[in-house]
Amino acid sequence: MSILVDSSTRVITQGITGGAGGFHTDQSLLYGSQFVGGVTPKKGGATWKGEKSGKALPVFNTVAEAVRATGATASMIFVPPGGAADAIMEAADAGIALIVAITEGIPVLDMARAKRFLKTKPGSRLVGPNCPGVITPGQCKIGIMPGHIHKPCAAGETGIGVISRSGTLTYEAVFQLTALGLPQSTCVGIGGDPVIGTSQIDLLEMFEADPGTRAILMIGEIGGTAEEEAAAFVAKKVKKPVAAFIAGQTAPPGRRMGHAGAIISGGSGSAADKIAALEKAGIEVAPTPADLGTAVQKALARKK
Amino acid sequence: MKVHEYQAKELLAAAGANVPKHIVCKTADEVAAAFDQLSKGGGGVMVKAQIHAGGRGAGQLLGHPDKLGGVKFCASKDKARSVAETMLKYPLKTLQTGPNGQPIKTLIVQADAEPDKEFYVAVVFDRGVGLPVLMASAAGGMDIEKVAHDTPEKIIKVPFSPETGLLPFQARRLAYELGFTGDQVGKAEGIMLALSKVYLAKDATLAEVNPLAITKSGDVMVLDAKIDFDDNALFRHKDVAALRDEGEENPAEVRAAKANLNFIQLDGTIGCLVNGAGLAMATMDIINYHGKAHGVGPANFLDVGGSVTADGAIEAFRIILSDAKVKGILVNVFGGIASCATIARALVAAGKEVGFKVPVVVRLEGNEVTEARAILAAAAGELPTLKTAADLTSAAKLVVELSK
Repeated sequence: MSILVDSSTRVITQGITGGAGGFHTDQSLLYGSQFVGGVTPKKGGATWKGEKSGKALPVFNTVAEAVRATGATASMIFVPPGGAADAIMEAADAGIALIVAITEGIPVLDMARAKRFLKTKPGSRLVGPNCPGVITPGQCKIGIMPGHIHKPCAAGETGIGVISRSGTLTYEAVFQLTALGLPQSTCVGIGGDPVIGTSQIDLLEMFEADPGTRAILMIGEIGGTAEEEAAAFVAKKVKKPVAAFIAGQTAPPGRRMGHAGAIISGGSGSAADKIAALEKAGIEVAPTPADLGTAVQKALARKK
Repeated sequence: MKVHEYQAKELLAAAGANVPKHIVCKTADEVAAAFDQLSKGGGGVMVKAQIHAGGRGAGQLLGHPDKLGGVKFCASKDKARSVAETMLKYPLKTLQTGPNGQPIKTLIVQADAEPDKEFYVAVVFDRGVGLPVLMASAAGGMDIEKVAHDTPEKIIKVPFSPETGLLPFQARRLAYELGFTGDQVGKAEGIMLALSKVYLAKDATLAEVNPLAITKSGDVMVLDAKIDFDDNALFRHKDVAALRDEGEENPAEVRAAKANLNFIQLDGTIGCLVNGAGLAMATMDIINYHGKAHGVGPANFLDVGGSVTADGAIEAFRIILSDAKVKGILVNVFGGIASCATIARALVAAGKEVGFKVPVVVRLEGNEVTEARAILAAAAGELPTLKTAADLTSAAKLVVELSK
């Protein structure tokens, strides 16, 4: 079992004819994901071909057309920042159930407007933007993460659910889990921006309900109060073991640490506040990024 | 991106806010001439230093015998001239500038408008509700973060739609709630609507007036303003991008931005070169974790982006090594789709080009890591200070050990 995506998920890429869009569609196909088409306005009718996978996919002008022709239920977005919010809204309007926005650098107000639009489309869920994507190991990869570091669950086995605001730090976490022999059910990068679609709480709820998930690892960072809210949710609603890490314990206030959302401002968003809230909720907090896997082991042992 | 007070005020004035007249000056002579234009009736003027840091009024000019700050009322032309000469000579240190202060290159002369009562109004983005919000308080002129922390009930928050902007009735209601009366209501409303308009039209992340003042003569005005802009939206605002004053920014950070590197200078002695922002923050944290007992911490945040190229690594090492405090460097790269071997070759090329004068500890993990370690080991003869570590903990401990 898993959440969000599995071997039956049919995916299109918005921005498939761009360099990054094409490269990562090809990589996802090599991993075994079912990509069924792509969208690039003005290039409808063309055929995209994966350099390494050798697979050919039809290109459409609009998402609505792509959905009609392919039955796609998920979309991976690589549209450049200026048009990315529009691409997200187009996907939602066409009835795409899972929209995974990889694009980094979308203006905050564009995302604020897109998020208001998404509220009118309850059948669509956005993951990201500015995220590595979603992967259910061994079944479906939608995003830019290296597939080979993940460990799929064997038949009947349960895995670790991973929720992260970061990219490479997530790979670090997954690498450590795999090295310790802990398979992953689904790993979700929720993105490093101030306005994102799916929140930690949404995913905690899904992982708690997923019989294929035995424990949850949540990787947060400075900025905002999402981790504090997630900690309160865990204390009330989550019975599965939870481990966490907060990046940015040494970050100075008022500076954006690479991610647009990673900033301590107006006296809120510090790592110390977040760690205190997580610990208070009974979550095992990793002291350093080298302890992400062992923190999950400790959380599992604690709940036995 | 930050801009100066005068630039923020000019944007607000263009959007309909009542702003006192000012003249931008670069020399003491220009200040003296501006005095003549703005002190009609002999009331005097304010001379205000323009730097990208707050707390100017309470700040101090470093090296100046009197405790002159960055904002000064001048009753005469001679006084205005001498204050300007002093301000242009000494760096201004405030709570936000760091210990060495910031040199003052620009001043404004502002028509005097003595405040009788001061308010705080600002538009910020509320991440909790995902909307812009107008924040207002009758406790203006002071440190708003302190007000928010100690007496949150003194701050009124009005979220508004990014499609419609702050609506006139919302601004009017707020003006009444803050205690404005009579003709003042309309002027206060105009300032709030201007904040919303500039915030949305120019993709700001903060548009703040502090203080918004009722003056002794009963007028309602913007006495100080600050606007920060969303860097990600500058591509569609050439007019805003043109307001950038690189002289106010850290030179190493300006250089890094030109090479597409995310770099922030910090106070410690260990340089960091990492791929990915989250991992870069976490790398700073692990250096601090193992180093703090020895007084060792990170010298910078540096995210080289998803892929590591030789050119990017060369520029990154040059920027890190331009900081004389740096006694060691930790390279932490997770090779995902890119091969670690490619990254190792880029690091070796960078080392040969730049010359590693300090210990450089490299921790690579991921794709083709064994080959990568062999490449680094083979370069040991030419790069004697380059060390490899098997994992992140030993890498952090080693770089601390070699640099303490």
